Amino acid sequence: MAIDFVARGQDLELKGIRKEFPGFVAVDNLDLKIPAGEFFALLGPSGCGKTTTLRMIAGLESPTQGEILLGGKDIAGMKPHERPVNTVFQNYALFPHMSVLENVAFGIRQRKVAEPLPMAQQALAMVELEHLAQRRPQQLSGGQQQRVALARALVNRPSLLLLDEPLGALDLKLRRQMQIELKAIQMEVGLTFLHVTHDQEEAMDMADTVAVMNNGHIEQLGAPEALYERPKTAFVAKFLGQSNIFIGKVAESNSETTSIDFNGKKITGLTSRSEKHTGKIAIGVRPEKTNFHEEEPAATSGLNILGPGEITDIRFTGVSNQYQIDIPDVGEITVFAQNVGRSPVIELGAKVFVSWKVEHSFGLADLPSGAEEAE
Amino acid sequence: MAFVAFGSQAPTKDQNPTKGGRVALWLLLPGLFYLALFFITPLISLIITSLKQPSLSGGIGRYDLGVEFGNYAYAITQYAPQIFRSFSFALLATVLALAISYPIAYFIAVRARDRPLLKGILLTLVVAPFFISFLLRTFAWKQIFSNDSLIVNLLKDVGIFGSDSYIIGTNFAVVFGLVYNFIPFMTLPIYANLDRLDLRLVEAGSDLYASPARTFRKITFPLSMPGIISGTLLTFIPISGDYVVASRDFLGGPDTAMIGNVVEANFLRIQDYPTASALSVMLMATIVVLVSAYVKRSGTDDLL
Repeated sequence: MAIDFVARGQDLELKGIRKEFPGFVAVDNLDLKIPAGEFFALLGPSGCGKTTTLRMIAGLESPTQGEILLGGKDIAGMKPHERPVNTVFQNYALFPHMSVLENVAFGIRQRKVAEPLPMAQQALAMVELEHLAQRRPQQLSGGQQQRVALARALVNRPSLLLLDEPLGALDLKLRRQMQIELKAIQMEVGLTFLHVTHDQEEAMDMADTVAVMNNGHIEQLGAPEALYERPKTAFVAKFLGQSNIFIGKVAESNSETTSIDFNGKKITGLTSRSEKHTGKIAIGVRPEKTNFHEEEPAATSGLNILGPGEITDIRFTGVSNQYQIDIPDVGEITVFAQNVGRSPVIELGAKVFVSWKVEHSFGLADLPSGAEEAE
Repeated sequence: MAFVAFGSQAPTKDQNPTKGGRVALWLLLPGLFYLALFFITPLISLIITSLKQPSLSGGIGRYDLGVEFGNYAYAITQYAPQIFRSFSFALLATVLALAISYPIAYFIAVRARDRPLLKGILLTLVVAPFFISFLLRTFAWKQIFSNDSLIVNLLKDVGIFGSDSYIIGTNFAVVFGLVYNFIPFMTLPIYANLDRLDLRLVEAGSDLYASPARTFRKITFPLSMPGIISGTLLTFIPISGDYVVASRDFLGGPDTAMIGNVVEANFLRIQDYPTASALSVMLMATIVVLVSAYVKRSGTDDLL
């Protein structure tokens, strides 16, 4: 078997990948390029095709059409055991009839490495589990099993490591800890990681690049900050964090700003932060970028002001307070205020105005689903 | 500890552990009573009979209480070929049944997993022979293999068989009949095991560079050991004592008698009860020893 051990990860490129299952299309004409050594996250809700994409790269499903290039070589026709790719499975899939050490040594044994056990020991040491080498997987805790699964994949030094929601079964605290460890290990080994998850915090926290997937295609791809600050579609704006979205016809657009007429109110964003400048468009703002005021703020050109409205719900989440404000002719607006102890004391039913800076608006390329039929 | 669950306050652990235990004992009573009446009593009776000596007053089938170990020596010397044949046939038939059943069970449990209709049909086909009496089925094979049957004539026509060749009464016919009758007992436990096989483990194997053949050898097969062990036990034990297939009334002949046939002859025809009992006791003891050695060696507890 000619599988090369590589010192570093390799580029992965998907070209026009399509996967049909009887009755539906799971992945539709997907193009993706992941540079070597990058931590890449595929983020999306369940059923968006992200796991199918990962399984096609691993060879567990074959694409209906398209190319999968790893280090420039098409691997779409190769059997899973011939691909220099390893997977950390969602439920770890550790072999219950083997010791932890034998589990980790499994891959390198198949590749006829001279001394598999010392290598497996080393890999276990990397995840700090060498003292449990002789245990059975089912004697370990979830977090430990997760680390064994990681060691079992990493010991092979794959060109590409696939992670299929590997932290999904862990509790929140362990999850955050494993995220940090996983990122540290990736930096250390320098391999290409492709991480599939539905947890947006996890994706943004760990990945260099995040691709948001929906309905079998990629909605938007970029660095986590870019995706968050500048979502381009309504799906991304709502799936990655929360957004207040306003839909209206463009009333005015120049090189600086673009404004829409939203039920008679003017909402403005920067032209450079808007995907579309004509017709009916959607402008959004993140809840933490908005403020509320008990007195109407002085109208200036750099500020969007809505109100007055009534506070209908207050939720205390620890680091911030989340307010729902119902403004006549506008609807519900969500405002997050940091819990720093100096925000004005506001009670349910209080009348307030909401404002945000024009440069915090973002203009979307599409309208939220259902918005078009609404009128 | 599972008994505790029968107590009224199962979740609170250290309420009164002996109380739960007592309830469990009461629940066990009917089973223990049944075992004592229908297993222990006949077993003791069998051992006593195996040590009896011929009655001084004479008469066929009349024996007095005694401690005659010579009955065992007699049974061994007299019936050594049948004893040996029983275990050889049982071993051979078990191995063949396993070789035939495993692929069937694998196909139904793994390949047909996502096709419930196909799975149902195949399982029904495996179980279907049970709907017809075991005796009738064996007798049907006697017809199929009889001297003037289509098969025997065909074999003669193509020259594989000489004009005086036959099937009924040969070792082949007996082993064939045994394998045929016991295939469902082998297939079902293996199926039940493979049906629970986590296919993600198989995927993990192929992801870790193991070819399909190696994945089978290193993962699927070892994980199916509990099924194989139950299947082989359910086949080997009854075959060792089987007396229908090898009898002259069915597929056997004068040279194919197994222990079961000898026991039957001694009990019912010759009325030599001590020898028949001694043979039965030895058959049971041998099976217990063989089976415990087998189960111990296969180390099933590792898999559970």
